[in-house]
Amino acid sequence: MVKRSLSDKLAILADAAKYDASCASSGGERRTSTGRGTGTDTDTGTGRGPGGKAGLGSSGGAGICHSYAPDGRCISLLKILMTNFCIYDCAYCVNRASSRVERARFSVEEVVRLTVEFYRRNYIEGLFLSSGIIRSPDETMGDMVRIARTLRVQENFRGYIHLKTIPDAAPELIEEAGRWADRLSINVELPTETALGALAPEKSAQSIRRAMADVRARREAAKDRTLRGTRPARFAPAGQSTQMIVGADAAKDSEILATSAGLYAGYRLGRVYYSAFSPIPDSSRALPLIRPPLMREHRLYQADWLMRFYGFAANEIAPPSGMLDLTLDPKLAWALAHRAAFPVEVNRAPREMLLRVPGFGSRSVERILAARRHRTLRYEDLVAIGCVMKHARPFVTLPGWSPGARLDAESLRARFAPSAEQLSLF
Amino acid sequence: MERVVLPRIGTVAAWRDAARGLAGRGVPADAVLWQVGAEAPDLFAGAPAPAATGEPRAVRLPRVAVASLEAALCHSDPERFARAYALLLRLAAGDLRWGDRSDPALRRLLQQEKAVRRDIHKMHAFVRFREVTEPGAERRAFAAWYEPDHPVVEAAAPFFARRFGDMDWVIATPVLTARFTAGGLRIEETGDTRPPPEDATEELWRTYFANIFNPARLMPRAMRSEMPKKFWQHLPEARLIPGLIREAPARALAMQEAAPTFAPARAARIVPSRPALPDLTLETLKPALDACRRCPLGACATQGIAGEGSAGGLMVVGEQPGDAEDLAGRPFVGPAGQMFDTCAREAGLDRAAAYVTNAVKHFKFAPRGKRRLHRRPDGGEVQACRWWLEFERRAVAPRLTLAMGATAALALTGRGEGILARRGRVETARDGGPVLITLHPAHLLRQPDPARRAEAREAFATDLRAVVAMLGD
Repeated sequence: MVKRSLSDKLAILADAAKYDASCASSGGERRTSTGRGTGTDTDTGTGRGPGGKAGLGSSGGAGICHSYAPDGRCISLLKILMTNFCIYDCAYCVNRASSRVERARFSVEEVVRLTVEFYRRNYIEGLFLSSGIIRSPDETMGDMVRIARTLRVQENFRGYIHLKTIPDAAPELIEEAGRWADRLSINVELPTETALGALAPEKSAQSIRRAMADVRARREAAKDRTLRGTRPARFAPAGQSTQMIVGADAAKDSEILATSAGLYAGYRLGRVYYSAFSPIPDSSRALPLIRPPLMREHRLYQADWLMRFYGFAANEIAPPSGMLDLTLDPKLAWALAHRAAFPVEVNRAPREMLLRVPGFGSRSVERILAARRHRTLRYEDLVAIGCVMKHARPFVTLPGWSPGARLDAESLRARFAPSAEQLSLF
Repeated sequence: MERVVLPRIGTVAAWRDAARGLAGRGVPADAVLWQVGAEAPDLFAGAPAPAATGEPRAVRLPRVAVASLEAALCHSDPERFARAYALLLRLAAGDLRWGDRSDPALRRLLQQEKAVRRDIHKMHAFVRFREVTEPGAERRAFAAWYEPDHPVVEAAAPFFARRFGDMDWVIATPVLTARFTAGGLRIEETGDTRPPPEDATEELWRTYFANIFNPARLMPRAMRSEMPKKFWQHLPEARLIPGLIREAPARALAMQEAAPTFAPARAARIVPSRPALPDLTLETLKPALDACRRCPLGACATQGIAGEGSAGGLMVVGEQPGDAEDLAGRPFVGPAGQMFDTCAREAGLDRAAAYVTNAVKHFKFAPRGKRRLHRRPDGGEVQACRWWLEFERRAVAPRLTLAMGATAALALTGRGEGILARRGRVETARDGGPVLITLHPAHLLRQPDPARRAEAREAFATDLRAVVAMLGD
């Protein structure tokens, strides 16, 4: 085989990594290139070099998106695979063993060099490293950990590192991965066990869940101080996340949301990402390609937000059909289906109810609560606060505004839904 | 008219000093003219200064207000200084509540603050350094040219100093330049307005950008809303965007239309197969339980929890694993398990000498936010799991069984009701062994009243002592 250049490898291994949606670089511990990073007392964890020498990079707080690709996704991290050789044969994956895509493999030095050089030019916030599974889970995880360690110890790199964890890897490797990385993630891949069994026969939902439980337990252990006040070594301070492919199997939105709710509750995930099943070069016979259900993915993210920040339970968001309405956002759809709960009296309603009003974001609700301690709010005040009154109008009542018969009108849904569209006849 | 000329560098700090002085002298807002740098004098600048009519005030503001004011002062609006000073006086006089958006001036200021913060954030994101290291230099050197919408260089530069502390860098903008040399940050007026020369790494970055893009999900509007075209001039990757957008539909279509291919011959050789489950014994029980799908609980819980301990003596049966057990993979390690351990130790019962297990082997829960709330398993689930319990009973062959709670009683004796009346009695299990019935230790934890709790605990301890006595006979 001809030896590939760094640029060729980058092309192949970035192409192979683009199906991972996560690109977050927020949260985690605060670190700067100069001075001591706060949060850890041990030298090993922060990647701080000997003698407190200045290093490279900072992290913590809000993430930064350094660029956007024309698919609308942000580019915050250098998202690459270590290798796209893989012994697993997952039908939805471009890198499965039975695929004929070109294969390549980065050396540890190449990944480190790319990360540092891109970082110095302010192209990225850090590294998101994933990999196909070569030879065995342990060997692959060991190589990935070596890259993270080299970045932290040798290059004194204090930017963000996200490692994709391999569920079956040895506990010592997970332990070390958590020490160098800010975030660990393990993809559940598909919303149901049966789908995973059918499409990814080498993976096991059980071992994925166990790996997540293990990460949660280690994170909690890393936060406990001992009686003398010393902290244990850091472990994935920015938490863990996962990803589900949407549209590759027959799971309904209600099942997907129930799975997410279980994951958030059970393993304290920072995020669940939904990734519309997207055409890949060289598809598998087991799984015909479709147009990616992008709107469905978008609605699932909205529903996910409702669960996490608006107090909705997983089982009340999706309608009885199990599928979210594609034409309306889930909060508005819920309000239309539960009109008995409205109109909400803005000056008296509790926070939980204000959060359910379409057009009121969580920040608007905080502002309403702060402002109504001082005086009675009027309709104009809601506009000033930043509520989207186009959506909220039929669902609220306050001095200066009453929805009247509008709330119960048959045509209320039609006011929000986009107008019908003539499909192409040909 | 009082005229205040603020310097181009350190504008915000100068405004703060000036505003504090003016407020202290009681100068009203409409009697001050604010200017930055040596701009042409205002038409009314020569007018005589009116007497200070306002009340002298010492200004004290909430911390958030100071941060917002200072950010808003980085806006390019020439009115910003006068507006901020007027607001300052009203806040100090107590005429205005900080955060009241129904006030037009305050709302305007908060909007400008938001615009400035966005501009700073975008500057942090879109500055692109190019390497300009001189041969033989000790520290690497980088330079960038950037054009922000608002005068935010001073506010944005400390971020780069925190991030790139081990290299020298310069960010030049049309008015000011931030220069970081040997660990020190300096802001100066811009002299050289030429962008730095191209850098070879930009070609690698473009390779990355082109390949991380997924043509099947083309959404240029989403891209432009976060990365408007005005920023493209700074970005080496932006020149690829029109071409990528143009070719995307054809590339996506080609992928969909290409027929699936046959797998290469090597694929069959490298894909590993999962090992089959070994024969069932107490040692291999755990993997078998993990794989159990006799009821739907297994698909939601993390893992199956097998019993543990020694065979031939006492068997303790609880209800089901809880959150802690589900994560740890061992029975009776959560709060109820610890309660059981404490009570058992006090009663002289050795947990290690007993076999501890549950009637149902998977955790049943309802997610609520970040917690999993325990839910009692129903009859069907107990029935489905009896298969495992009976296997354990055959393998352990206990002399006595302690059934803790209604679920355990149901699984062992076939009857779960009337548990309060049955506690402390010895009944016969379906397989004929003796079963002592008691309440679940979680029952003790649920008693809010300390007196009732002590009472319940004593009753539980009595049952455990009875167990010790029966085993001793």
